[in-house]
Amino acid sequence: MAKRVLLIEDEPNIIEAISFILSRDGWTVHAHENGETAMAKVNAFPPDLIILDVMLPGRSGFDILRDLRAQAATAATPVMMLTARGQAKDRELAKRLGANHFMIKPFSNADVRDHVRALMEA
Amino acid sequence: MVSFNILVAVALLYVALLFGVAFYAERRAARGFGGWLYSPIVYTLSLSIYCTAWTFYGAVGYAARSGLEFVTIYLGPTLVVVGWWWVLRRLVRIGRTQRITSIADLISSRFGKSTQLGVIVTILAVVAATPYIALQLQSVTLSFAVFAEAGGAFWGEDELNGAAIAVAIGLATFTVLFGTRNLDANERHHGIVMAIAVEAVVKLLALLAVGIFVVWGVAGGPTQILQQIDASPIAHWDQNGARWISLIFVSGAAFICLPRMFQVLVVENVDERHLNIAGWAFPAYLMLMSLFVVPIAVVGLAILPAGANPDLFVLTVPLSEGQSGLAMFSFLGGFSSATSMVIVSTIALATMVSNHIVVPIWLNARAGAGAKMSGDVRSVILLSRRFSIAGVLALGYLYYRVSGGGTALAAIGLVSFSGAIQVLPSLIGGIFWRGATRVGAALGLITGFSVWSWTLFLPSIGTGAIISDAVMLYGPFGHSWLRPEALFGIAGIDPLVHGIMWSMILNAFLFFIGSVFSFPTPLERLQGAQFVNVFDYSAGSSNWRASAADAEDLLIMSQRIMGGTEAQGFFQREAAAQGKAGYLPDVTIEFVSLLERELAGSVGAATAHAMVGQLTEGSGVSVEDLIAVADEAAQILEYSNQLEAKSAEQERTARALRDANEKLTALSVQKDAFLSQISHELRTPMTSIRSFSEILRDGEMTADAQWRYAGIIHDETLRLTRLLDDLLDLSVLANGQVTLQDQSGDLRSLITRAVDVAGGEDSKLRVLRDPSAEAIVLRTDLDRLGQVFINLIANARKYCDAVTPTLSIKVRRVSGDYVIDFVDNGSGVQIKNQQVIFEKFSRVSDQSKAGGAGLGLAICREIMHRLGGEISYLPGQGGAAFRVVLPRAAILANR
Repeated sequence: MAKRVLLIEDEPNIIEAISFILSRDGWTVHAHENGETAMAKVNAFPPDLIILDVMLPGRSGFDILRDLRAQAATAATPVMMLTARGQAKDRELAKRLGANHFMIKPFSNADVRDHVRALMEA
Repeated sequence: MVSFNILVAVALLYVALLFGVAFYAERRAARGFGGWLYSPIVYTLSLSIYCTAWTFYGAVGYAARSGLEFVTIYLGPTLVVVGWWWVLRRLVRIGRTQRITSIADLISSRFGKSTQLGVIVTILAVVAATPYIALQLQSVTLSFAVFAEAGGAFWGEDELNGAAIAVAIGLATFTVLFGTRNLDANERHHGIVMAIAVEAVVKLLALLAVGIFVVWGVAGGPTQILQQIDASPIAHWDQNGARWISLIFVSGAAFICLPRMFQVLVVENVDERHLNIAGWAFPAYLMLMSLFVVPIAVVGLAILPAGANPDLFVLTVPLSEGQSGLAMFSFLGGFSSATSMVIVSTIALATMVSNHIVVPIWLNARAGAGAKMSGDVRSVILLSRRFSIAGVLALGYLYYRVSGGGTALAAIGLVSFSGAIQVLPSLIGGIFWRGATRVGAALGLITGFSVWSWTLFLPSIGTGAIISDAVMLYGPFGHSWLRPEALFGIAGIDPLVHGIMWSMILNAFLFFIGSVFSFPTPLERLQGAQFVNVFDYSAGSSNWRASAADAEDLLIMSQRIMGGTEAQGFFQREAAAQGKAGYLPDVTIEFVSLLERELAGSVGAATAHAMVGQLTEGSGVSVEDLIAVADEAAQILEYSNQLEAKSAEQERTARALRDANEKLTALSVQKDAFLSQISHELRTPMTSIRSFSEILRDGEMTADAQWRYAGIIHDETLRLTRLLDDLLDLSVLANGQVTLQDQSGDLRSLITRAVDVAGGEDSKLRVLRDPSAEAIVLRTDLDRLGQVFINLIANARKYCDAVTPTLSIKVRRVSGDYVIDFVDNGSGVQIKNQQVIFEKFSRVSDQSKAGGAGLGLAICREIMHRLGGEISYLPGQGGAAFRVVLPRAAILANR
């Protein structure tokens, strides 16, 4: 069965792009647009990998990451963070909170695909 | 001979003239051109409502029956105005500082904003005024009848009643139209005051004209008339000393206590200094009014057949001499006297009934909902006033019917006066004696009222009507010491003197005893201190402590009472005084007290206290208040007032410093945040562009998908361009490098264009406008102004979340400025975001829906700033609401 990727992102165009890239590579992609309800979504149907945007309506991606790492069920789920802000301190914060990878927008499609592959295999 | 129909036509024309005067004065006042409306002469003339039909017709009748005793009715007020000006000044000052709306309000407010006292005084005033209003109806009706009979018709009871009811309805209509047009601060009615000033002139001239005619036209000159007076019984009448003193006292006290006098004297007073002019001008007016009373009475007695009603000599003497024009003028004089009294009385009483009885009951009934939830308070108050006006006039008419309209005019007048003055002990005690308490006031009022009812009022309706003859003679149930005209077995005193004496003595005594033996509540002591020491510190102390009341809740409530424009203006001023922008000041003790006083101007002190109390936490009196009361010495109070002022000033400075510091910190944080924001806003569309162009480059997809992805790239490029445009625009505006165009055009087409551009053809948004209000010619940078409108309309289209989104665009004048309010029916902007939304990149709702970068309102603010106008968020309107204040210089004309 295809592995499930949960994409937490609020820009419809970016959702469409990443879904296209990853589906082409064989993943099942689910998208969720709201930061506030993201945790509920994760817990209702735990994914194999999470792609998490930083600036989300309702709640920041960093807060969600902290929650993910705090609960046993998702403590080890690979998380790849996306941000359009691209500041050094964001990258450090993401690392410290336990993100597996940190990616700055705009990204190259190949990069996304390769890193998802790498995280799933690890 | 004047036909009856002509007379009615003249009366109607006269009313139409008064209507015009009142309307014109109201218009001038509303536009702020009221200069001469506020002159001391108008004030003095308005005081002349003291002279009613009773004075106009009744004084002559009084003189014909009892000789010179009628003079007492003029002496009382003269003594008060001349000798008691310091009491009047104190009343006027208290009325102003406490925003008193009626005499009931004054008593209620003085004794701890007591609702019960307000009710007692209101009932007393209504009962006491009813005979008097009946008297005015009677006099107008009788004067109509005189003309009808002179024309050959005979008026039976049906005709008289018909005329009385027509007069009552006409007066009610006039009063409702001008007395309840608006609920403005302090309950002033410029239109009415102007109309009664005109009536004052008419009645004076009419009486003088009749007098001059009688002296020179009938009697043959001053010498002859003096001989005639000497020869008449009037000159030989025995004067009763006790009656004279009682009557001077009653009329003097009534001058202050009558609800209608209190209305013109205190409530309608616009300047304390007017009392100085009134101090001599009003006695002069009274003197002129009384000048020809005796000559007319003497000549009337001489030339008219025995049995002619002396109360109508002013009309019948000219008529019998064939002077129908003069009689008509005289009729208008009497008509003026009656109508002006009824109109002002009714307004004063209706204000009391509505503020102290109807609104409290209504508030109580809705106590659970809270004042702010309970619909439009304003319309409820206006409605209750209108019904009260009709009710008061209906009572007057009822009394007229029950009493049969037979009693002599002067007798009814005196009964009414002696009822109204039952307020005197509480009033004078309240403003001079700090020890006076609510219990004392209530005891005194109830006792005085009861004794007055028993000894004067009920017998006045006519023996046998309510009190039977047996009771009059032997007392109720055989208790002879309770006989209405001989209380405690003391018989042989004139009934009027008897009633006044007992009611006032018992009233004052119980007021005193009750006050000495009861303990005032803290609120009473505070109010007492403010009333008694009104000249020492008019600043006022605070009965509220800082509370959890939400400024927005208070605004919503105030809008319902004071009206939107007034309330917003008040809140904005107060916020500015605290150094804050926008419409929501901090809810401090000072602010709540001020607000309460402002509201008291519309609904009375007790009601305002209760309403604010529903929204603020501590509706009682706080510990701080108790401490303040314990420390009563005026010196200490004043000292603490000074300290308070100083510490308030320091606090303001500290707040300004704190704000400045916060601003500096915020600026550097803002710079970082701004860069990071720009980065985010630029990178997001770039991400889509890069990703989809890579996808397209990879090929292997359907033509449809290709088309779609190219479309996304195209849209995102536009988004980037728009963002860069906005950024540049904002930067140019903020640095002031922008060149403004000088264009002129009209507001209506500008808004129409903005609606077309921003609405989009697929838009669900309904736009409501008032094209007539938009007829304003502007001269400014119309493109920029239009850009602001487009932004606001587009925002409503994007963010309004109502099922049928509706945006109303209202143009109106607010304190000299033209403003345009854009109000939608969605869920609005949360308070915490109301200031933030004007900042760059502040998008408080869902990003994907918005489609902009969050720069729109920031640009709008810069544009309005550059144009010399303003834009702000208007809280408390239900949905999202923005107010654009047009630059003053831009207004070319208002068509």
